[in-house]
Amino acid sequence: MSWWTDPVHTIAAWLTTLLTGWGLPAWLASLIIQFLGVVVLVSLLMLLDIFLVWVERKVVARFQDRLGPNRVGPWGLIQPFADIVKLLIKEDITPAGADRVIYNLAPIISLMSVLLLWAIVPLAPQILGVDLNVGALYIIAAGALGTLAIIMAAWSSNNKYALIGAFRQVAVLVSFEVPMIAVMLIPTVLAGSMGMNAIVQAQNVPFVFLAPLAALIFIIAAIAELGRSPFDMNEAESEIVAGFHIEYTGMKFGLFYAGELLHAFTFGGFWAILFFGGYRFFGLETLGPLVSAAILLAKAMVGYWFIMWVRYTVMRIRIDHMLAFNWKFLTPLAFVLLMVTALVNAWLRNSNVLIYVLAMLAANAVIGLGVLQILRNVSRRDREKVEGPSQPVAAGQ
Amino acid sequence: MSLAQIVFLVVAAVILGSALLVVTTRNLIHAALWLIVTLFGVAVLYALLNAGFLAVVQVVIYIGAIAILFIFAVMLTRADLRDRAPQLNRGWWLNIILALLTFGGLIWLFQSWTGFSKTAADIPAGFDAVAQLGNALISPTGYLLPFEVASVLLLAALVGAVYVAFSRK
Repeated sequence: MSWWTDPVHTIAAWLTTLLTGWGLPAWLASLIIQFLGVVVLVSLLMLLDIFLVWVERKVVARFQDRLGPNRVGPWGLIQPFADIVKLLIKEDITPAGADRVIYNLAPIISLMSVLLLWAIVPLAPQILGVDLNVGALYIIAAGALGTLAIIMAAWSSNNKYALIGAFRQVAVLVSFEVPMIAVMLIPTVLAGSMGMNAIVQAQNVPFVFLAPLAALIFIIAAIAELGRSPFDMNEAESEIVAGFHIEYTGMKFGLFYAGELLHAFTFGGFWAILFFGGYRFFGLETLGPLVSAAILLAKAMVGYWFIMWVRYTVMRIRIDHMLAFNWKFLTPLAFVLLMVTALVNAWLRNSNVLIYVLAMLAANAVIGLGVLQILRNVSRRDREKVEGPSQPVAAGQ
Repeated sequence: MSLAQIVFLVVAAVILGSALLVVTTRNLIHAALWLIVTLFGVAVLYALLNAGFLAVVQVVIYIGAIAILFIFAVMLTRADLRDRAPQLNRGWWLNIILALLTFGGLIWLFQSWTGFSKTAADIPAGFDAVAQLGNALISPTGYLLPFEVASVLLLAALVGAVYVAFSRK
């Protein structure tokens, strides 16, 4: 039953004996097996991506009180394949004055920056690409490549709307990176490691109970990083048509679109890993790694659904409001949370679990209420500046 | 030649080639993109040396922040992205000789060092470089004071930047 407790390494060991039996040197065999592992992971992700197109369209339809795709196949399940055929046979246009090499490279880097993230996703304790001890920083590094892809796409398409979209998107990305790094340090502090696997292993109590505000800030920063509504400044159809990918046609646009969907799903997954126990779910993960992987994917799908829920419910925020929200609210709050969590953790780490959890929750509640009070005072002062000193409600009208 | 050596040679060639293109290409955006290739190659070198933290920080800071700021500065400040100025000054041959001399001198110096021809010992299992770095940065016997001084310096720079950019209404 070793294939059930550790399928990946079992297959790898079998392949190694097979390849070395053919007379290949050991290092070449291990290289081929690692390469195969990457190919299998990426292929499965791209298959999942096709399915995500259907999920996204179906969910947005439900949020908007429609049915969504329902003609091709049962529940419209074959629709995404029809979409892909459509994208593949569309005319491939390169705009005049475009920088050809960069223009063609940008969609590839964009999708690559998302696929890179899956190298550190622990699907199960035994099924993971690599257990980096700097996992949290790695997420930010892969995001930096995504930013780069957006700039490359925008600049090389020789279109001013594309460039405006990229400027806006980079302003958002660079600023929301700050609170994101700060809140990713909170699971790091709680787990004592930046490695994704260690963070999951440390969550006997899911970190969302220890740091609910951090979980909230993480998903807000993630939505901003994804460039989805309410932070979709880069695409803003009514203002700049479609932003940085305005000139892309056919499958090149398809790569951006696939990257965006998979990115949202991936951040749903990281939300689950950092705050909701990753592949752990009431001891079900002990049944085997395949069950663990299914748990993580289900949790990632819930996170993805949450991101879609926000996207199709909340309207776009003006860019100055968005940056003020980030720099004057999220960033200070994230740093205060980090310091308080680190202090409470250092103080109560070795005491009773119940006391520890309650103290963390209390700290979060105090910070949350304090922040709300500060916000109330600030907005009252702003209103008084416009309307004059506040009057009794009844007399004001 | 082992696999690591082949990878090192390929990466080193990419770094040198792209670094040369940074200074020779005439399109400034292309130069910035080649610079990113160079910086990424350096990150790969760090990763080859088992310095994962440095590799990731290299990508986050140099590619994610500095190179992107370069691109923005170029795009926002210059209408014409082509550089027409001569790319070499009169002292170019002198610089080549100096660079070669420095390289040769370093090689000569390292020849007399016993560690030069040794293979590095394998890192013991369970060695957590990030944890060691973190402990060193906050331990009073380690680098606590330099770390704090650097933090205060950066904070002062931040405050100074805000003061310079702040416009009084």
